[in-house]
Order: sequence, then C-alpha cells, then structure tokens
Amino acid sequence: MSVDTATVKKVAALARIAITDEDAARLAPELSNILGWIEQLEGVNTAGVEPMTAVIPNQLRLRDDVIDADPLTGGGIRDALMANAPQAEHGFFTVPKVIE
Amino acid sequence: MSDYRIQGATGEWEVVIGLEVHAQVTSNAKLFSGAATAFGAEPNTQVSLVDAAMPGMLPVPNMECIRQAVRTGMAIDATINRWSRFDRKNYFYADLPQGYQISQLYHPLVGEGAIEISPDDRNPDATKTIGVERIHVEQDAGKLMHDQHPTRSYVDLNRSGVALMEIVSRPDMRSPAEAGAYLRKLRAILRYVGSCDGNMEEGSMRADVNVSVRKVGDELGTRTETKNVNSVRFVMAAIEYEAKRQVEVIEDGGRIVQETRLFNVESGTTRSMRSKEDAHDYRYFPDPDLLPLELEEAFLADCRASLPELPDAKRKRYEGLGISAYQADVLTAEVEAARWFDALLEAGAKPVAAANWTTSELFGALNRTGRDIATSPVSPSQAAELLALVADGTLSGSLAKQVFEVMLETGDAPARIVEDRGLKQTSDTGAILAVIAEVIARSPNQLAQYRGGKETLFGYFVGQTMKAMGGKANPAVVNELLKKALA
Amino acid sequence: MTDLTELGVAAIRDGVRSGAFSAVEVADAFVVKVAKAKHLNAFLVETPDHALAAARAADAARAGGQTLKPLAGVPIGMKDLFCTKGVATTAASHILEGFVPTYESTISQKLWDAGAGMLGKLNMDQFAMGSSNETSAFGNVISPWRRPGSDAPLAPGGSSGGSSSAVAAGLCPGATGTDTGGSIRQPAAFTGISGIKPTYGRCSRWGTIAFASSLDQAGPMARDVRDCAILLEAMAGFDAKDATSLQLDVPRWEQGLSGDLRGVRVGIPREYRFEGSGDGLNYDLEGLASIGATWKAGIDWLRDAGAEIVEVSLPHTKYALPAYYIIAPAEASSNLARYDGVRYGLRDLPEGAGLQDMYAATRAAGFGPEVKRRIMIGTYVLSAGFYDAYYTQAQKVRTLIARDFERAWETCDVLLTPTAPSAAFALGEKSADPIAMYLNDVFTVPSSLAGLPAMSVPGGLDKQGLPLGLQIIGKPLDEQGVLNAGLAIEQRAGFVARPQAWW
Ligand SMILES: [Mg+2]
Ligand SMILES: [Zn+2]
Repeated sequence: MSVDTATVKKVAALARIAITDEDAARLAPELSNILGWIEQLEGVNTAGVEPMTAVIPNQLRLRDDVIDADPLTGGGIRDALMANAPQAEHGFFTVPKVIE
Repeated sequence: MSDYRIQGATGEWEVVIGLEVHAQVTSNAKLFSGAATAFGAEPNTQVSLVDAAMPGMLPVPNMECIRQAVRTGMAIDATINRWSRFDRKNYFYADLPQGYQISQLYHPLVGEGAIEISPDDRNPDATKTIGVERIHVEQDAGKLMHDQHPTRSYVDLNRSGVALMEIVSRPDMRSPAEAGAYLRKLRAILRYVGSCDGNMEEGSMRADVNVSVRKVGDELGTRTETKNVNSVRFVMAAIEYEAKRQVEVIEDGGRIVQETRLFNVESGTTRSMRSKEDAHDYRYFPDPDLLPLELEEAFLADCRASLPELPDAKRKRYEGLGISAYQADVLTAEVEAARWFDALLEAGAKPVAAANWTTSELFGALNRTGRDIATSPVSPSQAAELLALVADGTLSGSLAKQVFEVMLETGDAPARIVEDRGLKQTSDTGAILAVIAEVIARSPNQLAQYRGGKETLFGYFVGQTMKAMGGKANPAVVNELLKKALA
Repeated sequence: MTDLTELGVAAIRDGVRSGAFSAVEVADAFVVKVAKAKHLNAFLVETPDHALAAARAADAARAGGQTLKPLAGVPIGMKDLFCTKGVATTAASHILEGFVPTYESTISQKLWDAGAGMLGKLNMDQFAMGSSNETSAFGNVISPWRRPGSDAPLAPGGSSGGSSSAVAAGLCPGATGTDTGGSIRQPAAFTGISGIKPTYGRCSRWGTIAFASSLDQAGPMARDVRDCAILLEAMAGFDAKDATSLQLDVPRWEQGLSGDLRGVRVGIPREYRFEGSGDGLNYDLEGLASIGATWKAGIDWLRDAGAEIVEVSLPHTKYALPAYYIIAPAEASSNLARYDGVRYGLRDLPEGAGLQDMYAATRAAGFGPEVKRRIMIGTYVLSAGFYDAYYTQAQKVRTLIARDFERAWETCDVLLTPTAPSAAFALGEKSADPIAMYLNDVFTVPSSLAGLPAMSVPGGLDKQGLPLGLQIIGKPLDEQGVLNAGLAIEQRAGFVARPQAWW
C-alpha cells in the first residue's frame, strides 16, 4: 500500500497529532515502506481460522458491585486525581471552551 | 397500522423512526471501576483512577451491570449471547478520558428481541410489535459545562464509566405516537426489571432519534440522528419537526444528508451539530484489556429466575380477572402502581371493584394532591379493608368516599374511622321508613306531581331521605322502601 | 571487604540474612555507584532515600529478630514504565514530563512488600517502543560494553535498555523490565545478563503504562538465572485489578531450580535458521555466523545436561513480525489516546486553539518520532476499510503462530533459539531504517504473540567480544522449565565476561 501525503495528513488528524507539510512528505514513504512490509500477511491462508481473542486460556473475571471496595479503583479521591492536572478550577478539569 | 402522514406539496409522506435508547444500568458502582454512580454528587468526587484514565489503569467489569443487561434482554424475549466482547470506540473529546469508549460493536451481549406497544391508550388491545435489534453494554462519558467560565469548559467525570445499556430498535415506528408508546413501554419494562430507574430528568434514559421520510411504499430515505433527547414529549416533538423539515427540504429540491442533529427544547426544533460533523472513523477493535465475556448456564438461569412478572403478562392476567382492558393497561403502566395493586389483590380485594376504585378514587386523589403511588398515604391493606367494608354493606359508595378522604388526611385505618365518626351505613328498615314518612309528609306537592307521572322526582325523595339520614342509609334499601311508599 | 556491588540478588539477600553485611551498607554502595554512572544515562530519577529506607527497615527487622522478607536488603532499579507513588514516572516521554503518580503499580508494590528498595527509575525507549533505547525523550542509554579499541557508544538494547545497562554495569543487582515483543530478552542479550518474560497474565499490568495490552508483560532482569527466579517470584501473582491476570498461585521457582535436564526434550525450530530464504527468514544480517555458533554451543550444553534434542517446525515464524507490527501499533494507538493534555502531563495550548487543536499540538509536542510513527501505523490499520485486511488478518495469523507452538509441544518441552540476530550495534547504526530496527525482535516476537514464557541467558561473546544471548521458550505457565534450561546453559557457558568500567 502506497500512502500519499493526503492520507498521512488524514491519519495524523484522526490520531490528533499536528503535522507540518514537511512531516507529511517525510512520513509518506516511511509509512508506505512499513505498510508494504506488513502486507506480506495478505498471502497467508487464514481460511477457517478464528482471530485470536486470548493468548492463553483464561476466563474474564467480573467484579462485585461494591463501591470503593479497593481504594485503588474506587472514587472519593479528587485531590489525588487532580494533583497532576495542567489546569483545574473549583474541582473541575478545564479545557478550552468547546462549542457544541 | 399508523396512518400518520405528512401532507407535502407533492402528496403524502410516511415517517420512518428508529430509536437508540441509552439507559443507565442500576448499579452501585461503575461498569469498570468501584466508584459510585449516585446522582448529584460534587464534581469529580465519584471518579476513580480508572475512570480518569490515569496511566496504567485497567477495566474490570461489574457483574451486576452484566446481570441487569441480561435480565433486560430476557424481558424483551431477546437472544442472550453466551459469548460477547467489549470493543473500543476511539475518538477524542474532553468528556472521554481514555480517548475511547468501551462498548460492544461486533458481538453485543443481547441480540434480537421485540417490544409490543399500544400507541392508542384508549384502545390498548390494538398493539404493534417493534423489533429490538440489540442491546449492548457500554460506558457513559463525563459531563462538560460550558457556562461556568468565559473561555473554558469544565470537565466533571462523575458520570464517566457509568454503565449504560444501548437499546437499539429497528426502524419500525411510523409516527410520533408510536415512538412515544415505545419509549413509555420500554421505560416500564426497564423499571419492572429494575435494570434502570427510567429517570429521564436525571439523564438515566436518553434517546437518539433516527428519522427519515419517504413516499408510502418507497425505499427507505436518508436518515438523520437527533442525539440525546431526554423526554418522551421531546422525542415526539423532535420527530414531528424533523419529519416536516425533511419533507420541505426534499420538496424544495434538496437532499437529506446523513448527519447528527441536536434538539432545542425551547424552540422544539433540531439543528445540525456542526462540531461533530467531520466524518467519524471510530476504529473499533476488541478491547485488549478484556477477555471475551462468556456466560454460564447457571448465571443465565439465575437471571431468568429473578425476573418479575412483566407488564404484558400482568395486563393479561388482570384482564383474565375481569378487569377492563383499559383499566388493566392503566394499572400496569407504572411498576409501583402495579405492585401496589397486586398487594391490594393479595390483601383480598375483589379484582373488578378494586380496579374501579384504584383507577378512579385512588389515582384521582393522588393526582389531586400531587402525590404518586410511592408516597400514597393509603396502604394496599387499608384500601382492601375499605373495599371490604363496601362489599359487606357497611359503607355505601358515598360513605366510602368520605372514609377515604379521612384516610388520605390521617392515614388511619378505615374501620377505625367508621367507628370514631359513626359513618356506618344503616339498613335498618324501621329507621329508614320513619324518615321516608317524614319526607313524604313535608313534600305534598312533589308527591302529587310524582304520582301524576313525573317519575324523575323519585330522585328528589331519595336525596331527601339520604340527607335526612346523614348519608348513612343503604341506598338499595332506601330505593326499595321508597318505591313501595310512593306507589 | 568485597565490593558489595559485585553481588547479585541471592548473595545480597543471604548476606543480609546472615549478617555478613548490613542492608544499609549494600544500599549505600549501590547509591554511590549509581551517582557516579551518569554517562550511561541509565537512570532518569535517582531515589537513594527509597533504597535506604528499605535497607533500614531490613536491618531493623533483623535486629529485632524478625524473619526477613524475601527481598529484604536488596535494592533494585525500576523501569520508568511502572507508576511509582510520589516518584516521577514518564515512560521516557515528554508527554508525561512532570507526572508524579499518586498510586503504586502492582509490580512495584509487590517488590516493596517483599522488602526491596528502589535505587531509581530507569530510562527506556519511549513508551517501550524501540529496540536500542534511542527513542527516549531524555537521551540514549549507553551500554557499558564497548567494542575493543573503540569508544563508539553501543546500544544496550530496548526497550528495557536502562535496566540492562544498569544491571550489566553493576549499578543494581536486578531491575524490572517489560516485554511486549522482546524488550526484556533482547536488551538482556545485548548486555550479557539474564531476563525472563513470564507467561502472559502472570504479572499484573495494573499501574504499568500500557504499550500493547495483549502483549505487555513485566519481568525481571538480573545477572543470573537464580536472581531472575527470586525476583519473578516477588513480582508475579494474581491481581483482581487486571482482568487478564491469571488466578494461580506463584510457584516456588527458586526452590525448583535444577540444571539437570534428563528427560527434557529441547526443540530446535527449523525456521529460526537464517541461511537462505526458503523456509527460513528472508534477510541477512551481520554477526549471523557468531549467533549460529553460539546457538550450536547451546544445543551441545543442553544435550550435555541430559536433554534430548529434537528438530521442530514453526511454519508461520516469518509472519510473526509483520503481524506484531499491526497488532502492537493498533493497540498502542488506542492506549496512548489518553495522553491529551487534559488530566495530567504536557499541555500545549497554542494561542486561540480549541480543544481538538490542543490535543493535536500537545501530542505533536509530547510524543517522539517513533511513538508517532507507531500511532500513525496503528491508526491506519484500524481505520475504516482497512480493519479486516490488517487487524483481523493479523489476529488470525496470531492464532496460526500459537498453533505452531502447540504442535511443537507435542514433541518437545522447551525451545532453544538465539535471542537476537546480532550482538549489540552502535547507537545510530540502525535508527534510520525502522524495519531494520524491527528485525531485531525477529526471534522474540513469536513467543510474545503466543503469550509464552521465554528468557534470555548469556551464551558467549561474538568475534568482537560482545555478548550474545540464547533464548529459551516454554509452554504456557512453565516458567520452571524455562528457568531450568537457562540454568543448564549458564552452568556450562561459563559466561564471566563483564564490561570494563569506562564511565
Ligand atoms: Mg447512537
Ligand atoms: Zn451508545
């Protein structure tokens, strides 16, 4: 798969990574190269093969419906939660105003 | 079938409606963390490290949320998928800390089911079946507030990670009334099952409304999706507006674009959500933090055994007891009322009299006093007692009304009220005859007219007799004795 | 008195227990050594207080006559992918610069609970993406090894390059690593130390910054097999906070160690041979001859230990790397979406920018080139219209690769392969060509895709005197079999070479 700069820009936009035109021009052949290499998988006969869902046999465990049973996965920790926030006010995280 | 039509310049148009309802699952803790879900907490106080997507955090599903979604599926006779998976829906937004929503696209927990609706509540037996395509379980997002600061939006993650069921209907509805009936019925089922409190004001239920129009018999038209409409009334209004708008656009030579729209509560109109218009590519893939969800037979059996009697079954049962279809429908519409009524029957009340009394007297009184069944001052056993006093002739209908008024005020037991206030009905012929004689004696004109053929005056004598007896005379006995006396 | 930094985990543990030296003496010695080794750039943060506090606790426990914890008195290095409460954690990325977790990862907590102390946070490839430690936002880690007569800085391997460099240079007796496609084993091989990636699900992923969730596994890196066994026992175990954690007891791996391989069948996968392009791997690299010779020696050592050698076939081997380079970037593109400048880490808010512009600016400024490259690849392969062709096909190939191993287990108990296709290369030598760099993981990726336990032990030196590693791959949950085969090689390889201190 050959990736053009327009595609690179589209993917970067989807991934929310700002790139310049030069970045896109540089990345296009690089990504084409990598995608070309991984495309050798096309040739593998996978008819009737299920995609892997779990690497080793294991059952999904479910938790009990108990609030704050483990402080590490419970609430009521606002100060800790916001300790690293780049910007916060009145107990809220803040972002540039969003117009919906 | 619905005959709802939009009258356009070029003829009649049919509306095609599908609803995606997001219903908050009733649970103590969130879908993938142990933080609480209660409504109305201080911002960001019900948020765990997991819900805020701190580095290295992992989801572990809450069994209760899975159980409630399975029970809901069972309640609409849906296929329960013993093998399902969680997928990630990837997009960037400030209310979505992970940068993806954990949802189910490829293998939902619940498959096809159906809900029977009665769009005309005067005619509950005229039903229509609305297909449900699927129910999947997913995380709710946080909340953004835009009016707190001139240049910033505030982010509250209390709702982030709360469990939702997304209940996706087939595009089977053809009028606002059908959509309204579907939503009310779905809400009733959820509340019967106990899987969602159905509280639309608190956002426990929101609907994405898919609307398209077509000439009758044509292929499906292009649909628009109006997001997050949070009341039955608004859903109906949004459909009405959107259908008319679409007809106008098409008849003016335009095309409907598949887009997301927003409903404006004040104006009753919808508008395009430009900020979300750029083509989304959600890059769904199975969440690698979670294994497939495999349900065992014992778990399913347990879910099934815990299901209550559902509205349709209950309605049919009531009808089987001789209750009218209309009353049965009214009595089963709200789970609390239905439970209250069941308790009334349990306490020995005769079904038909109980239904008459409940739908007229009780509901009327609650309505009048701005209360609902949950805060009714009269308990089912007290009501049963009251109805028993009527049945055995202790109270006449009008005495019963008086007693009921006192019950509403004081919460006292009816027998006691009858005792204390001497409201007992009398069938004592001697006493009644004495009063009748007295009434006749002071009404010579009326007597003459009555005997002269003016039979409507019979009511006058009944009224006078009852009044003289303080309303406590048995009306049947009064009638019988009066007929003889006046003959 | 001997230099305490010459001692490994077991020796330190035993010495502290017997009172031959105090834990504080040990911690002091390593703290000094770490402080002097800045040239290696192995540590991002030094935490002498943490190490000393744990050492004092160990000494106090001993003085009080208490039974010492399993790792009492042992100071270790912690890869910066593990969140450590109150200690900056960055995954070697600008986007997490200044981030100080308010919580402790399960792995680090288990180690502290076992009595270990932390000397500091170890540098690594940014978000664990890399095979040479050249993608760190905080400078390359340099291997303590050098080619004779050259002072060209060599790669310590990656992504756990800070860990490998620190252990090889004697800055700590052991360190944590994480392995997604070979990030414990390849750096261990490059620096002449041992490292084991356990079965997927043995070590909790909670609190470890995610790269690719279905592949990430933590594991120890240390000077020998016994030390790895001791550290892994402390790290492994069920964690209810990780839905993929295995609900199993932790075996007593150290106690079970035995280099006697009588009755053990060792499989030699035909497709891991590199000559020709037939059913082998279709590429050519320097140093293959040395690797071939070391592999051959490894086979002889295991035979000497009593093992029976059998040839096996893993026919889908050559598809493992391309499958990995779809699955891992796809998962990473999603896992790294949370770094958006809202709740923690870097925020870049250009004048007048809206929310989505803030995201794009923050992520452009915060992520390094290799991380961006992988996010882009992952975003691309998951995007509309490509998902099935890339992602679903890769997961099917993954099933085939796992089946290859299952079939191999019908005729053998462990597999012996080289760890990496060459000895350490010089920094900068491969960074221009991503695919050439990715090929470093050609031998380690297949077992990662299948979730199998695998370890690297030193097998010898190449012609230039640089270490070469041998990899042992085991059945699911058979870490013991892997460790034992590793021990048999260690006992026979006589690998005593150490880098000469130049830093
Ligand atoms: Mg929707
Ligand atoms: Zn949804």
